[in-house]
Amino acid sequence: MSENGLQFVQQIINGLTLGSIYALIAIGYTMVYGIIGMINFAHGEIYMISAYVGLIVITGLSMMGIEYMPVVLIITLTMAMLITSAYGWSVERVAYRPLRGSPRLVPLISAIGMSIFLQNYVQLAQGARNIALPPLISGGWRFGDAAGFQVYLSYMQVMIALATTAAMVGLTLFIGRSRLGRACRACSEDRGMANLLGIDTDRVIALTFVIGAALAAVAGVLVGLYYGVVNPFMGFIAGLKAFTAAVLGGIGSVPGAMLGGIVLGLTESFTSAYLSTEYKDVVSFGLLVLILLFRPTGLLGKPDVEKV
Amino acid sequence: MPGQLKGALFSAAVMLVLAVPILGIQITTEGSSVSLVGELHYAFIAAGLVFVFKLLERPLSTLLGMTHAANLLPSADRMATYRPAILTVLIVLAFIWPFTASRGAVDVATLALIYVMLGLGLNIVVGFAGLLDLGYVAFYAVGAYSYALLTEYFGLSFWISLPIGAGLAALFGFVLGFPVLRLRGDYLAIVTLGFGEIIRLLLNNWDELTGGPDGIGNIPKPTLFGLEFTRTAKADGNIPFHEFFGLEYSGTYRVIFLYLLALLLVLFTLFVINRLIRMPVGRAWEALREDEIASRSLGLNPTNIKLSAFTLGASFGGMAGCFFAARQGFINPESFTFIESAIVLAIVVLGGMGSQIGVILAALALTVLPELARQFEEYRMLVFGLVMVLMMIWRPQGLLPSKRPRMELPT
Repeated sequence: MSENGLQFVQQIINGLTLGSIYALIAIGYTMVYGIIGMINFAHGEIYMISAYVGLIVITGLSMMGIEYMPVVLIITLTMAMLITSAYGWSVERVAYRPLRGSPRLVPLISAIGMSIFLQNYVQLAQGARNIALPPLISGGWRFGDAAGFQVYLSYMQVMIALATTAAMVGLTLFIGRSRLGRACRACSEDRGMANLLGIDTDRVIALTFVIGAALAAVAGVLVGLYYGVVNPFMGFIAGLKAFTAAVLGGIGSVPGAMLGGIVLGLTESFTSAYLSTEYKDVVSFGLLVLILLFRPTGLLGKPDVEKV
Repeated sequence: MPGQLKGALFSAAVMLVLAVPILGIQITTEGSSVSLVGELHYAFIAAGLVFVFKLLERPLSTLLGMTHAANLLPSADRMATYRPAILTVLIVLAFIWPFTASRGAVDVATLALIYVMLGLGLNIVVGFAGLLDLGYVAFYAVGAYSYALLTEYFGLSFWISLPIGAGLAALFGFVLGFPVLRLRGDYLAIVTLGFGEIIRLLLNNWDELTGGPDGIGNIPKPTLFGLEFTRTAKADGNIPFHEFFGLEYSGTYRVIFLYLLALLLVLFTLFVINRLIRMPVGRAWEALREDEIASRSLGLNPTNIKLSAFTLGASFGGMAGCFFAARQGFINPESFTFIESAIVLAIVVLGGMGSQIGVILAALALTVLPELARQFEEYRMLVFGLVMVLMMIWRPQGLLPSKRPRMELPT
């Protein structure tokens, strides 16, 4: 393959990696929006917290002398998912549940407050600086011409792809097959009716927040390991990007969030490769504005009719 | 009681799970090695606080219910009679005060007045029209950069740049608002947030024009009919203020002048907004906020009405930005982050959406209190976030909600 072709393949690999992360976070937005119709603004912060929890667990394990990679990875992911789910659950319980049934802007403002609060809470507890993670999985494969440009596929990128696929398959099976998943679908169809039919909607809503947070936890831990750096501000931009992905795919639709994440990841990696790294965020937000203007229902979303 | 105890224990246990990893364990880095330091007592204190709060929640809420905030303030009817007199006294006091206060205090007050301006401007958009704008800082930035660039490239003075800056911000508001305002409330919030970030990124990356992250410095201060507040005149033919009046040079004059200027701009903003909300367009804003479908069926054009609110709000943001640039003498994109938008939104929310007095008091409180409590500076944003959540839960209408004459059907 020519050098240009290899460069192209490299961007696809990078874009898919980034896109998987966005997709994992975007599912949290889309599920919450699908059921209670609100933007969970604090979701990006939940993802940031999971990166910190992951970092703490890895450091703790290495201090205890446990360094065998698969064990460390499994324990870290499990702990991060558990603790981050507790955060997701508590945020819903404290900041959103008391506001059920109020005008749309009220829970949104509360969510913004929660986001600011969480960001500053982590900043005060852990410091505002970047913290570097020791690489857990290093190395990778190189393809292509030995003299010229080489495509690099790191083990970490493969790991991210595998973990994302596993999480997506698990979620799809859960929503499609399990009893609780059916309750979730019923609630997003018509919450009032689901309630009349004996589904505990409060529990289903809490469950959505827990699932969203658990997937964000996977994303947070993987991103921490991939980039090797965490800081308290990483959640804001990532959250905004993931929201863009959710809207791109059609907010409320889970496969849409996955697709949207991948599309956004690819767009971003191609922008930074062929246009300019500085303007990659501008392009993503510009994309968000354009989709909302011309196709507010996104790629896979259903049109939503306003009724009196 | 046992049920309450069980609930409190459960909440405390959850709090412990939340607090142990983040609050209770600190990551320390030394060189390339990372290690953990346990600060578990913080986590236990947090859990203990949650436990006590949960136990006292019910008795506390009954207690709060008895002293309703409305009873603490004199009723609106009694206030109305004395209103013009009170307002006149307050305005006169605000004009006299800087001559008696310290230079530092006047400086802080000037900053507070900028936030009052921003709060009043955003109040049009969020409070009256009910459109959540999370990118308000973009208009503030447009105003600030207009003055900085106009004076750098064209040598325009503050007084000419002020209307141009406000106009440019309004134009940005119009151009952005035109396509975006068709969107539903929460989408609008995200799009404006994205727009705010785009503006900041552009300012940060467009080095040739805006100086990039270094910003623009040496922005001249406003003049009083051509009198400069410097030791020696900068421009040819100008006379410094102190020479004109035969006074000893002192930097205090400039500080007081900036304060008075800010006060005038705030009064102008208040005057314009107060006229507007009594005009048909102002009524339409509130009608639209209350019920869009009903207003549409009464023949109001929602896009035009929202656009007018958005544009006007933006123009006041631009005006505040112009003044900010003139006061600071130096601007860079760091002053226009999302946090600024969030602070202004917190001001509007805390004051009571749509309530001008509330917004003014909230702006003063939220800028002056952190200055008084400098040692708690780092907790400022934490408290802002918490205040926004708690206000939405307890008093979504704000501390001083706007009062409108209204009729209710007897039930």
